[in-house]
Amino acid sequence: MLTGIVDGRWLAAAVIVVAALFVLPSLIPPFYVYMLALIFVTALLAMSLNLVLGYGGLYQFHHGVFYGVGAYAVALILKKTSLPAGVAFIAAPIVAAITGLLIGWFCVRLTELYFGMLQISLGSLIWAIVFRWYSFTGGDDGIHGIPLPPAISSLQSSYYFILSIFALSVAALYLIIKSPFGATLQATRDNPQRCEAIGVNVRRHQLMGIVIASFFGGVAGVLFVVLEHSVFPDLLFWVLSLEVFIMCLLGGWFTFLGPALGAGIIVTLRTFAGIYTEYWTAIMGVLLILLIFFLPEGVMGFLLSKFKGRSEHVEPVPAPSLDTTAARPSTDVASS
Amino acid sequence: MMLQVEGAYKSFGDFGAVNGANLTVSEGELVVVIGPNGAGKTTLFNLIAGQLKLDQGQILFGGENIAGLPPYEICERGIARSFQIANIFHRLTVFENVQVAVLAEQRKSTSLFRPAYNMAVEETNSILESVGLLHKAGNIAGALSHGDQRILEIAMALGNEPELLVLDEPTAGMSPEETFAAMELIQQLARERGITILLCEHDMDVVFSVAESIMVMHQGRTLLQDEPEAVRCNAEVQEAYLGVS
Repeated sequence: MLTGIVDGRWLAAAVIVVAALFVLPSLIPPFYVYMLALIFVTALLAMSLNLVLGYGGLYQFHHGVFYGVGAYAVALILKKTSLPAGVAFIAAPIVAAITGLLIGWFCVRLTELYFGMLQISLGSLIWAIVFRWYSFTGGDDGIHGIPLPPAISSLQSSYYFILSIFALSVAALYLIIKSPFGATLQATRDNPQRCEAIGVNVRRHQLMGIVIASFFGGVAGVLFVVLEHSVFPDLLFWVLSLEVFIMCLLGGWFTFLGPALGAGIIVTLRTFAGIYTEYWTAIMGVLLILLIFFLPEGVMGFLLSKFKGRSEHVEPVPAPSLDTTAARPSTDVASS
Repeated sequence: MMLQVEGAYKSFGDFGAVNGANLTVSEGELVVVIGPNGAGKTTLFNLIAGQLKLDQGQILFGGENIAGLPPYEICERGIARSFQIANIFHRLTVFENVQVAVLAEQRKSTSLFRPAYNMAVEETNSILESVGLLHKAGNIAGALSHGDQRILEIAMALGNEPELLVLDEPTAGMSPEETFAAMELIQQLARERGITILLCEHDMDVVFSVAESIMVMHQGRTLLQDEPEAVRCNAEVQEAYLGVS
Protein backbone atom coordinates (compact mmCIF):
# COMPACT_ATOMS: atom_id res chain seq x y z
CA MET A 1 0.00 0.00 0.00
CA LEU A 2 2.88 2.31 0.80
CA THR A 3 4.41 1.91 -2.62
CA GLY A 4 1.69 3.93 -4.32
CA ILE A 5 2.10 7.00 -2.14
CA VAL A 6 5.82 6.91 -1.50
CA ASP A 7 8.38 7.33 -4.21
CA GLY A 8 10.23 4.00 -4.50
CA ARG A 9 13.57 5.68 -3.82
CA TRP A 10 12.29 7.33 -0.66
CA LEU A 11 10.87 4.05 0.58
CA ALA A 12 14.19 2.33 -0.08
CA ALA A 13 16.00 5.16 1.71
CA ALA A 14 13.66 4.85 4.69
CA VAL A 15 14.23 1.09 4.88
CA ILE A 16 18.01 1.58 4.73
CA VAL A 17 17.91 4.25 7.45
CA VAL A 18 15.80 2.10 9.76
CA ALA A 19 18.06 -0.91 9.09
CA ALA A 20 21.12 1.20 9.86
CA LEU A 21 19.50 2.42 13.07
CA PHE A 22 18.97 -1.21 14.07
CA VAL A 23 22.65 -2.03 13.60
CA LEU A 24 23.93 1.16 15.23
CA PRO A 25 23.67 0.24 18.97
CA SER A 26 26.38 -2.41 18.64
CA LEU A 27 28.75 0.20 17.19
CA ILE A 28 28.32 3.21 19.47
CA PRO A 29 28.66 3.80 23.23
CA PRO A 30 25.53 3.36 25.39
CA PHE A 31 25.26 7.08 26.01
CA TYR A 32 24.59 7.69 22.33
CA VAL A 33 22.17 4.80 22.18
CA TYR A 34 20.23 6.47 24.98
CA MET A 35 20.35 9.84 23.22
CA LEU A 36 19.12 8.37 19.95
CA ALA A 37 16.24 6.66 21.74
CA LEU A 38 15.35 9.95 23.42
CA ILE A 39 15.40 11.64 20.01
CA PHE A 40 12.96 9.04 18.64
CA VAL A 41 10.60 9.57 21.58
CA THR A 42 10.75 13.34 21.23
CA ALA A 43 10.53 13.18 17.44
CA LEU A 44 7.33 11.13 17.63
CA LEU A 45 5.93 13.68 20.07
CA ALA A 46 6.80 16.56 17.73
CA MET A 47 5.47 14.76 14.66
CA SER A 48 2.20 13.99 16.39
CA LEU A 49 1.85 17.66 17.31
CA ASN A 50 2.58 18.63 13.75
CA LEU A 51 -0.41 16.66 12.49
CA VAL A 52 -2.63 19.33 14.02
CA LEU A 53 -0.17 22.24 13.96
CA GLY A 54 1.34 22.00 10.49
CA TYR A 55 -1.33 20.00 8.68
CA GLY A 56 -4.35 21.20 10.65
CA GLY A 57 -3.28 24.79 11.27
CA LEU A 58 -4.38 24.56 14.91
CA TYR A 59 -2.41 26.30 17.63
CA GLN A 60 -2.06 23.24 19.81
CA PHE A 61 -0.11 25.04 22.54
CA HIS A 62 -0.30 22.29 25.12
CA HIS A 63 0.47 19.06 23.35
CA GLY A 64 2.66 17.90 26.24
CA VAL A 65 -0.47 17.07 28.22
CA PHE A 66 -1.20 14.08 26.00
CA TYR A 67 2.42 12.94 26.25
CA GLY A 68 2.23 13.20 30.04
CA VAL A 69 -1.18 11.56 30.28
CA GLY A 70 0.07 8.65 28.16
CA ALA A 71 3.20 8.29 30.29
CA TYR A 72 1.29 8.53 33.58
CA ALA A 73 -1.38 6.10 32.37
CA VAL A 74 1.19 3.43 31.58
CA ALA A 75 3.11 4.15 34.79
CA LEU A 76 0.02 3.91 36.98
CA ILE A 77 -1.28 0.74 35.32
CA LEU A 78 2.10 -0.98 35.67
CA LYS A 79 2.69 0.22 39.21
CA LYS A 80 -0.78 -0.13 40.73
CA THR A 81 -2.36 -3.05 38.88
CA SER A 82 -1.24 -6.50 37.88
CA LEU A 83 -2.33 -6.06 34.27
CA PRO A 84 0.18 -7.21 31.67
CA ALA A 85 2.44 -4.57 30.12
CA GLY A 86 0.85 -5.08 26.70
CA VAL A 87 -2.48 -3.89 28.04
CA ALA A 88 -0.87 -0.84 29.62
CA PHE A 89 0.94 0.01 26.37
CA ILE A 90 -2.31 -0.10 24.40
CA ALA A 91 -4.50 1.52 27.06
CA ALA A 92 -2.24 4.51 27.64
CA PRO A 93 -2.50 6.02 24.12
CA ILE A 94 -6.25 5.46 24.26
CA VAL A 95 -6.43 7.35 27.56
CA ALA A 96 -4.41 10.12 25.93
CA ALA A 97 -6.78 10.13 22.95
CA ILE A 98 -9.81 10.40 25.23
CA THR A 99 -8.14 13.31 27.01
CA GLY A 100 -7.64 14.84 23.57
CA LEU A 101 -11.31 14.32 22.77
CA LEU A 102 -12.40 16.06 25.99
CA ILE A 103 -10.03 19.02 25.67
CA GLY A 104 -10.47 19.24 21.92
CA TRP A 105 -14.26 19.22 22.15
CA PHE A 106 -14.09 22.58 23.91
CA CYS A 107 -11.13 23.97 21.97
CA VAL A 108 -12.48 23.49 18.42
CA ARG A 109 -15.27 25.89 19.32
CA LEU A 110 -12.67 28.63 19.38
CA THR A 111 -10.15 29.76 16.79
CA GLU A 112 -6.48 30.55 16.60
CA LEU A 113 -5.10 32.19 19.73
CA TYR A 114 -8.26 31.56 21.75
CA PHE A 115 -7.99 27.91 20.85
CA GLY A 116 -4.43 27.89 22.16
CA MET A 117 -5.25 29.80 25.33
CA LEU A 118 -8.12 27.50 26.26
CA GLN A 119 -5.91 24.52 25.64
CA ILE A 120 -3.22 25.87 27.94
CA SER A 121 -5.86 26.45 30.63
CA LEU A 122 -7.41 22.99 30.38
CA GLY A 123 -4.02 21.32 30.08
CA SER A 124 -2.67 23.19 33.09
CA LEU A 125 -5.66 21.96 35.03
CA ILE A 126 -4.58 18.39 34.35
CA TRP A 127 -1.01 19.28 35.24
CA ALA A 128 -2.18 20.79 38.56
CA ILE A 129 -4.11 17.62 39.39
CA VAL A 130 -1.11 15.42 38.65
CA PHE A 131 1.21 17.80 40.53
CA ARG A 132 -0.97 17.90 43.66
CA TRP A 133 -2.53 14.46 43.97
CA TYR A 134 0.26 12.88 46.01
CA SER A 135 -1.62 9.74 47.00
CA PHE A 136 -2.34 8.79 43.41
CA THR A 137 0.25 10.33 41.09
CA GLY A 138 3.07 10.85 43.56
CA GLY A 139 2.70 14.63 43.12
CA ASP A 140 5.86 16.52 42.24
CA ASP A 141 7.99 13.46 43.12
CA GLY A 142 6.56 11.59 40.16
CA ILE A 143 6.67 7.79 39.94
CA HIS A 144 9.97 5.94 39.77
CA GLY A 145 11.10 2.37 39.30
CA ILE A 146 8.23 1.45 37.03
CA PRO A 147 8.37 -2.32 36.44
CA LEU A 148 8.76 -3.16 32.76
CA PRO A 149 8.86 -6.58 31.09
CA PRO A 150 12.42 -7.97 31.21
CA ALA A 151 12.44 -8.20 27.41
CA ILE A 152 12.59 -4.42 27.07
CA SER A 153 14.09 -3.29 30.36
CA SER A 154 17.75 -3.06 29.29
CA LEU A 155 18.90 0.03 27.39
CA GLN A 156 19.75 -2.00 24.29
CA SER A 157 16.42 -3.78 24.13
CA SER A 158 14.39 -0.67 24.97
CA TYR A 159 16.17 1.06 22.08
CA TYR A 160 14.95 -1.59 19.66
CA PHE A 161 11.44 -1.44 21.05
CA ILE A 162 11.34 2.36 20.82
CA LEU A 163 12.78 2.36 17.30
CA SER A 164 10.22 -0.20 16.12
CA ILE A 165 7.23 1.61 17.57
CA PHE A 166 8.61 4.93 16.32
CA ALA A 167 8.98 3.61 12.76
CA LEU A 168 5.48 2.09 12.81
CA SER A 169 3.96 5.30 14.19
CA VAL A 170 5.69 7.46 11.59
CA ALA A 171 4.39 5.17 8.83
CA ALA A 172 0.89 5.39 10.30
CA LEU A 173 1.08 9.19 10.53
CA TYR A 174 2.25 9.32 6.93
CA LEU A 175 -0.67 7.18 5.78
CA ILE A 176 -3.08 9.41 7.70
CA ILE A 177 -1.68 12.56 6.12
CA LYS A 178 -2.01 11.00 2.67
CA SER A 179 -5.56 9.76 3.35
CA PRO A 180 -8.73 11.64 2.38
CA PHE A 181 -8.90 12.79 5.98
CA GLY A 182 -5.35 14.17 5.75
CA ALA A 183 -6.11 15.99 2.52
CA THR A 184 -9.27 17.47 3.99
CA LEU A 185 -7.48 18.47 7.20
CA GLN A 186 -4.95 20.42 5.14
CA ALA A 187 -7.81 22.09 3.32
CA THR A 188 -9.35 23.16 6.66
CA ARG A 189 -5.98 24.66 7.54
CA ASP A 190 -5.74 26.65 4.32
CA ASN A 191 -9.31 27.89 4.35
CA PRO A 192 -11.89 26.76 6.93
CA GLN A 193 -14.63 28.96 5.51
CA ARG A 194 -14.26 27.53 2.05
CA CYS A 195 -14.19 24.02 3.50
CA GLU A 196 -17.58 24.48 5.12
CA ALA A 197 -18.91 25.72 1.79
CA ILE A 198 -17.83 22.54 0.01
CA GLY A 199 -19.59 20.37 2.54
CA VAL A 200 -16.85 19.70 5.08
CA ASN A 201 -17.69 19.73 8.78
CA VAL A 202 -14.57 21.62 9.81
CA ARG A 203 -14.88 21.14 13.57
CA ARG A 204 -15.36 17.43 13.24
CA HIS A 205 -12.18 17.14 11.20
CA GLN A 206 -10.25 19.32 13.62
CA LEU A 207 -11.47 17.25 16.56
CA MET A 208 -10.52 14.03 14.79
CA GLY A 209 -7.08 15.51 14.15
CA ILE A 210 -6.66 16.37 17.82
CA VAL A 211 -7.73 12.89 18.93
CA ILE A 212 -5.29 11.23 16.53
CA ALA A 213 -2.48 13.62 17.51
CA SER A 214 -3.08 12.99 21.21
CA PHE A 215 -3.13 9.25 20.59
CA PHE A 216 0.36 9.39 19.08
CA GLY A 217 1.41 11.86 21.77
CA GLY A 218 0.34 9.13 24.21
CA VAL A 219 2.39 6.57 22.30
CA ALA A 220 5.41 8.86 22.73
CA GLY A 221 4.57 8.99 26.45
CA VAL A 222 4.64 5.20 26.63
CA LEU A 223 8.01 5.14 24.88
CA PHE A 224 9.32 7.69 27.38
CA VAL A 225 8.42 5.34 30.24
CA VAL A 226 10.08 2.45 28.42
CA LEU A 227 13.26 4.52 28.17
CA GLU A 228 13.29 6.21 31.57
CA HIS A 229 11.31 3.85 33.86
CA SER A 230 9.88 6.93 35.57
CA VAL A 231 7.43 9.80 35.12
CA PHE A 232 7.19 13.28 36.65
CA PRO A 233 4.79 16.23 36.33
CA ASP A 234 7.17 18.20 34.09
CA LEU A 235 6.05 15.91 31.25
CA LEU A 236 2.75 17.79 31.12
CA PHE A 237 4.02 21.22 32.13
CA TRP A 238 3.44 23.92 29.53
CA VAL A 239 7.16 24.63 29.17
CA LEU A 240 7.67 21.23 27.60
CA SER A 241 4.73 21.85 25.24
CA LEU A 242 6.36 25.08 24.14
CA GLU A 243 9.61 23.24 23.49
CA VAL A 244 7.83 20.72 21.28
CA PHE A 245 6.07 23.56 19.49
CA ILE A 246 9.47 25.13 18.81
CA MET A 247 10.79 21.81 17.47
CA CYS A 248 8.06 21.86 14.83
CA LEU A 249 8.80 25.45 13.83
CA LEU A 250 12.55 24.86 13.86
CA GLY A 251 12.39 21.70 11.77
CA GLY A 252 9.71 22.99 9.42
CA TRP A 253 6.04 22.67 10.22
CA PHE A 254 4.94 22.36 6.61
CA THR A 255 7.09 19.30 6.08
CA PHE A 256 6.48 15.76 7.25
CA LEU A 257 9.92 14.99 8.69
CA GLY A 258 10.76 18.55 9.75
CA PRO A 259 9.51 18.19 13.34
CA ALA A 260 11.64 15.05 13.78
CA LEU A 261 14.67 17.02 12.59
CA GLY A 262 13.75 19.83 14.98
CA ALA A 263 13.48 17.32 17.83
CA GLY A 264 16.87 15.89 16.90
CA ILE A 265 18.47 19.33 16.84
CA ILE A 266 17.02 20.42 20.18
CA VAL A 267 17.67 17.16 22.04
CA THR A 268 21.24 17.07 20.75
CA LEU A 269 21.79 20.71 21.59
CA ARG A 270 20.37 20.29 25.06
CA THR A 271 22.49 17.23 25.70
CA PHE A 272 25.81 18.66 24.56
CA ALA A 273 25.38 22.32 25.44
CA GLY A 274 23.99 21.14 28.77
CA ILE A 275 27.38 19.61 29.57
CA TYR A 276 29.10 22.99 29.34
CA THR A 277 26.46 25.38 30.60
CA GLU A 278 23.15 25.30 32.40
CA TYR A 279 22.09 28.29 30.31
CA TRP A 280 21.66 26.24 27.16
CA THR A 281 18.21 27.79 26.71
CA ALA A 282 20.03 31.04 25.89
CA ILE A 283 21.57 29.26 22.90
CA MET A 284 18.13 28.09 21.91
CA GLY A 285 16.85 31.67 22.18
CA VAL A 286 19.48 32.89 19.74
CA LEU A 287 18.72 29.96 17.47
CA LEU A 288 15.05 30.90 17.47
CA ILE A 289 15.74 34.53 16.60
CA LEU A 290 17.89 33.41 13.66
CA LEU A 291 15.17 30.98 12.64
CA ILE A 292 12.44 33.60 12.56
CA PHE A 293 14.51 35.95 10.43
CA PHE A 294 16.26 33.56 8.08
CA LEU A 295 14.35 30.29 7.93
CA PRO A 296 10.66 31.05 8.49
CA GLU A 297 9.74 27.69 6.97
CA GLY A 298 12.14 25.81 9.23
CA VAL A 299 15.31 23.89 8.45
CA MET A 300 13.57 21.15 6.49
CA GLY A 301 11.42 23.66 4.61
CA PHE A 302 14.59 25.53 3.68
CA LEU A 303 16.37 22.39 2.50
CA LEU A 304 13.36 21.28 0.47
CA SER A 305 12.97 24.65 -1.23
CA LYS A 306 16.70 24.65 -2.04
CA PHE A 307 16.39 21.17 -3.41
CA LYS A 308 13.30 21.92 -5.46
CA GLY A 309 14.54 25.35 -6.51
CA ARG A 310 17.01 23.76 -8.87
CA SER A 311 14.48 21.72 -10.82
CA GLU A 312 11.45 23.99 -10.94
CA HIS A 313 10.57 27.53 -10.07
CA VAL A 314 7.92 27.71 -7.38
CA GLU A 315 6.30 31.05 -6.77
CA PRO A 316 5.98 32.02 -3.14
CA VAL A 317 2.67 30.93 -1.68
CA PRO A 318 0.91 33.21 0.79
CA ALA A 319 1.18 31.80 4.28
CA PRO A 320 -2.11 30.22 5.27
CA SER A 321 -3.64 29.78 8.70
CA LEU A 322 -1.79 32.77 10.08
CA ASP A 323 -3.48 35.34 7.88
CA THR A 324 -6.90 36.85 8.24
CA THR A 325 -8.51 35.00 5.36
CA ALA A 326 -8.32 31.87 7.48
CA ALA A 327 -10.75 33.27 10.02
CA ARG A 328 -13.85 31.27 10.84
CA PRO A 329 -17.00 31.65 8.82
CA SER A 330 -19.42 34.25 10.09
CA THR A 331 -16.62 36.58 11.11
CA ASP A 332 -15.49 38.01 7.82
CA VAL A 333 -18.21 37.40 5.31
CA ALA A 334 -20.27 40.40 6.27
CA SER A 335 -19.74 42.61 3.30
CA SER A 336 -21.81 44.51 0.75
CA MET B 1 -39.74 26.15 -7.19
CA MET B 2 -36.16 25.21 -6.39
CA LEU B 3 -35.16 28.10 -4.18
CA GLN B 4 -37.44 30.61 -2.56
CA VAL B 5 -36.32 33.45 -0.32
CA GLU B 6 -39.17 35.18 1.47
CA GLY B 7 -38.91 38.39 3.43
CA ALA B 8 -35.26 37.95 4.37
CA TYR B 9 -33.80 40.37 6.92
CA LYS B 10 -30.24 40.60 8.18
CA SER B 11 -28.64 43.47 10.03
CA PHE B 12 -25.19 44.12 11.44
CA GLY B 13 -25.67 46.32 14.49
CA ASP B 14 -27.88 49.20 13.32
CA PHE B 15 -27.13 48.65 9.67
CA GLY B 16 -29.75 46.62 7.84
CA ALA B 17 -27.79 44.91 5.09
CA VAL B 18 -30.77 42.93 3.85
CA ASN B 19 -34.20 44.47 4.53
CA GLY B 20 -36.84 42.33 2.96
CA ALA B 21 -35.32 40.41 0.09
CA ASN B 22 -37.44 38.06 -2.01
CA LEU B 23 -36.09 35.74 -4.63
CA THR B 24 -37.35 32.76 -6.55
CA VAL B 25 -35.21 30.45 -8.63
CA SER B 26 -36.81 27.71 -10.72
CA GLU B 27 -35.06 24.56 -11.76
CA GLY B 28 -32.80 24.98 -14.77
CA GLU B 29 -32.94 28.77 -14.72
CA LEU B 30 -30.06 31.23 -14.76
CA VAL B 31 -30.97 33.99 -12.35
CA VAL B 32 -28.90 37.13 -11.91
CA VAL B 33 -29.09 39.46 -8.92
CA ILE B 34 -28.13 43.04 -9.71
CA GLY B 35 -27.86 46.14 -7.60
CA PRO B 36 -25.38 48.89 -6.76
CA ASN B 37 -22.48 48.30 -4.37
CA GLY B 38 -23.78 47.78 -0.87
CA ALA B 39 -27.20 46.67 -2.07
CA GLY B 40 -26.87 43.48 -0.04
CA LYS B 41 -26.17 40.96 -2.79
CA THR B 42 -23.26 39.23 -1.08
CA THR B 43 -25.07 39.22 2.26
CA LEU B 44 -28.05 37.59 0.57
CA PHE B 45 -25.81 34.91 -0.94
CA ASN B 46 -24.18 34.36 2.45
CA LEU B 47 -27.64 33.87 3.95
CA ILE B 48 -28.62 31.37 1.28
CA ALA B 49 -25.43 29.31 1.61
CA GLY B 50 -25.38 29.50 5.41
CA GLN B 51 -22.29 31.64 6.04
CA LEU B 52 -24.63 34.07 7.83
CA LYS B 53 -27.74 33.42 9.85
CA LEU B 54 -31.04 35.04 8.96
CA ASP B 55 -32.66 37.48 11.43
CA GLN B 56 -36.12 37.07 9.96
CA GLY B 57 -37.82 35.45 6.99
CA GLN B 58 -37.32 32.07 5.43
CA ILE B 59 -35.26 30.35 2.78
CA LEU B 60 -36.85 27.32 1.17
CA PHE B 61 -34.79 24.91 -0.89
CA GLY B 62 -36.79 22.14 -2.47
CA GLY B 63 -39.66 23.07 -0.16
CA GLU B 64 -37.63 22.76 3.05
CA ASN B 65 -36.52 25.63 5.21
CA ILE B 66 -32.72 25.70 5.19
CA ALA B 67 -32.25 28.97 7.08
CA GLY B 68 -29.97 28.50 10.07
CA LEU B 69 -28.33 25.29 8.90
CA PRO B 70 -24.51 25.23 8.95
CA PRO B 71 -22.89 25.72 5.54
CA TYR B 72 -21.71 22.13 5.18
CA GLU B 73 -25.26 20.83 5.62
CA ILE B 74 -26.65 23.28 3.09
CA CYS B 75 -23.92 22.11 0.73
CA GLU B 76 -24.89 18.49 1.33
CA ARG B 77 -28.45 19.38 0.35
CA GLY B 78 -27.28 20.58 -3.05
CA ILE B 79 -26.27 24.24 -2.94
CA ALA B 80 -22.64 24.95 -3.78
CA ARG B 81 -21.17 28.42 -4.03
CA SER B 82 -18.17 30.44 -5.03
CA PHE B 83 -16.94 33.56 -3.27
CA GLN B 84 -16.35 37.10 -4.44
CA ILE B 85 -12.67 37.07 -3.52
CA ALA B 86 -10.79 34.01 -4.72
CA ASN B 87 -11.29 31.56 -1.90
CA ILE B 88 -9.20 28.46 -2.49
CA PHE B 89 -6.74 26.20 -0.69
CA HIS B 90 -3.49 27.99 -1.45
CA ARG B 91 -1.02 25.31 -0.48
CA LEU B 92 -2.81 22.44 -2.17
CA THR B 93 -2.55 21.57 -5.84
CA VAL B 94 -5.32 22.42 -8.30
CA PHE B 95 -6.23 18.74 -8.38
CA GLU B 96 -6.41 18.50 -4.59
CA ASN B 97 -8.55 21.62 -4.35
CA VAL B 98 -11.27 19.96 -6.39
CA GLN B 99 -10.64 16.49 -4.99
CA VAL B 100 -11.36 17.66 -1.43
CA ALA B 101 -14.79 18.79 -2.58
CA VAL B 102 -15.46 15.55 -4.43
CA LEU B 103 -14.39 13.52 -1.38
CA ALA B 104 -16.72 15.56 0.81
CA GLU B 105 -19.54 14.93 -1.66
CA GLN B 106 -18.79 11.19 -1.55
CA ARG B 107 -18.65 11.37 2.26
CA LYS B 108 -15.16 9.99 2.34
CA SER B 109 -13.41 12.94 3.89
CA THR B 110 -13.05 11.28 7.31
CA SER B 111 -11.61 8.11 5.85
CA LEU B 112 -8.22 7.21 7.34
CA PHE B 113 -5.60 4.65 6.34
CA ARG B 114 -6.54 4.70 2.70
CA PRO B 115 -4.38 6.62 0.28
CA ALA B 116 -6.24 9.59 -1.19
CA TYR B 117 -4.11 9.80 -4.33
CA ASN B 118 -6.18 7.27 -6.23
CA MET B 119 -9.58 8.26 -4.87
CA ALA B 120 -12.11 10.34 -6.81
CA VAL B 121 -9.56 10.79 -9.59
CA GLU B 122 -11.94 10.33 -12.50
CA GLU B 123 -14.56 12.70 -11.12
CA THR B 124 -11.94 15.32 -10.29
CA ASN B 125 -10.24 15.11 -13.67
CA SER B 126 -13.54 15.30 -15.52
CA ILE B 127 -14.41 18.51 -13.68
CA LEU B 128 -10.97 19.97 -14.34
CA GLU B 129 -11.32 19.07 -17.97
CA SER B 130 -14.72 20.67 -18.34
CA VAL B 131 -13.44 23.97 -16.93
CA GLY B 132 -10.16 23.75 -18.86
CA LEU B 133 -7.77 23.44 -15.94
CA LEU B 134 -6.73 19.82 -16.43
CA HIS B 135 -3.30 20.74 -17.79
CA LYS B 136 -2.63 22.67 -14.58
CA ALA B 137 -3.84 19.90 -12.25
CA GLY B 138 -0.45 19.53 -10.57
CA ASN B 139 0.18 23.23 -10.00
CA ILE B 140 0.03 24.76 -6.54
CA ALA B 141 -3.27 26.66 -6.45
CA GLY B 142 -1.83 29.74 -4.73
CA ALA B 143 0.49 30.29 -7.70
CA LEU B 144 -2.28 30.37 -10.33
CA SER B 145 -3.24 33.57 -12.10
CA HIS B 146 -6.23 35.45 -10.71
CA GLY B 147 -8.47 34.40 -13.58
CA ASP B 148 -7.54 30.74 -13.16
CA GLN B 149 -8.18 30.95 -9.42
CA ARG B 150 -11.68 32.21 -10.13
CA ILE B 151 -12.28 29.30 -12.50
CA LEU B 152 -10.86 26.92 -9.89
CA GLU B 153 -13.46 28.30 -7.46
CA ILE B 154 -16.21 27.20 -9.81
CA ALA B 155 -14.54 23.83 -10.32
CA MET B 156 -14.47 23.27 -6.54
CA ALA B 157 -18.16 24.06 -6.31
CA LEU B 158 -18.82 21.54 -9.09
CA GLY B 159 -17.10 18.89 -6.99
CA ASN B 160 -20.14 18.88 -4.75
CA GLU B 161 -22.42 17.97 -7.68
CA PRO B 162 -24.74 20.82 -6.80
CA GLU B 163 -28.28 21.25 -8.03
CA LEU B 164 -27.95 24.97 -7.46
CA LEU B 165 -24.71 26.86 -8.02
CA VAL B 166 -24.47 30.26 -6.33
CA LEU B 167 -21.73 32.41 -7.82
CA ASP B 168 -20.85 35.68 -6.09
CA GLU B 169 -19.50 37.94 -8.83
CA PRO B 170 -17.68 35.16 -10.68
CA THR B 171 -16.04 37.65 -13.03
CA ALA B 172 -14.80 40.17 -10.43
CA GLY B 173 -11.33 41.36 -11.35
CA MET B 174 -11.34 39.67 -14.75
CA SER B 175 -10.46 41.30 -18.03
CA PRO B 176 -13.30 41.68 -20.59
CA GLU B 177 -12.00 38.66 -22.53
CA GLU B 178 -11.79 36.55 -19.37
CA THR B 179 -15.27 37.70 -18.34
CA PHE B 180 -16.68 36.65 -21.68
CA ALA B 181 -14.97 33.25 -21.53
CA ALA B 182 -16.04 32.67 -17.92
CA MET B 183 -19.67 33.44 -18.74
CA GLU B 184 -19.55 31.11 -21.73
CA LEU B 185 -18.18 28.44 -19.40
CA ILE B 186 -20.88 28.99 -16.78
CA GLN B 187 -23.64 28.73 -19.37
CA GLN B 188 -22.07 25.65 -20.85
CA LEU B 189 -21.79 23.97 -17.44
CA ALA B 190 -25.41 24.81 -16.70
CA ARG B 191 -26.45 23.17 -19.97
CA GLU B 192 -24.23 20.11 -19.79
CA ARG B 193 -24.68 19.29 -16.13
CA GLY B 194 -28.23 20.54 -15.74
CA ILE B 195 -27.26 22.91 -12.93
CA THR B 196 -29.41 25.83 -11.91
CA ILE B 197 -27.38 29.03 -11.55
CA LEU B 198 -27.79 32.03 -9.28
CA LEU B 199 -25.18 34.74 -9.64
CA CYS B 200 -24.59 38.42 -9.22
CA GLU B 201 -22.74 40.57 -11.70
CA HIS B 202 -21.97 44.22 -12.28
CA ASP B 203 -21.45 44.38 -16.02
CA MET B 204 -24.92 45.13 -17.46
CA ASP B 205 -24.03 43.91 -20.95
CA VAL B 206 -23.10 40.56 -19.46
CA VAL B 207 -26.19 40.49 -17.24
CA PHE B 208 -28.65 41.09 -20.05
CA SER B 209 -26.94 38.63 -22.35
CA VAL B 210 -27.04 35.67 -19.98
CA ALA B 211 -29.89 36.21 -17.52
CA GLU B 212 -33.19 34.40 -17.83
CA SER B 213 -34.54 36.19 -14.80
CA ILE B 214 -33.21 39.26 -13.01
CA MET B 215 -33.71 40.28 -9.40
CA VAL B 216 -32.94 43.90 -8.59
CA MET B 217 -31.77 44.81 -5.11
CA HIS B 218 -31.53 48.30 -3.73
CA GLN B 219 -30.57 49.18 -0.15
CA GLY B 220 -31.15 45.64 0.99
CA ARG B 221 -34.63 45.44 -0.52
CA THR B 222 -35.88 43.58 -3.53
CA LEU B 223 -37.27 46.09 -6.03
CA LEU B 224 -38.54 43.43 -8.37
CA GLN B 225 -37.74 40.17 -10.06
CA ASP B 226 -38.76 39.65 -13.65
CA GLU B 227 -37.62 38.79 -17.16
CA PRO B 228 -34.74 40.89 -18.50
CA GLU B 229 -36.89 42.97 -20.87
CA ALA B 230 -39.39 43.84 -18.17
CA VAL B 231 -36.56 44.83 -15.83
CA ARG B 232 -34.95 47.00 -18.47
CA CYS B 233 -38.19 48.88 -19.00
CA ASN B 234 -39.10 49.31 -15.35
CA ALA B 235 -39.09 52.98 -14.34
CA GLU B 236 -38.24 52.36 -10.71
CA VAL B 237 -35.21 50.26 -11.67
CA GLN B 238 -34.02 52.88 -14.13
CA GLU B 239 -34.23 55.52 -11.48
CA ALA B 240 -32.58 53.46 -8.74
CA TYR B 241 -29.90 51.85 -10.73
CA LEU B 242 -29.63 51.77 -14.48
CA GLY B 243 -30.36 55.43 -15.03
CA VAL B 244 -27.81 56.59 -12.51
CA SER B 245 -24.98 54.53 -13.97
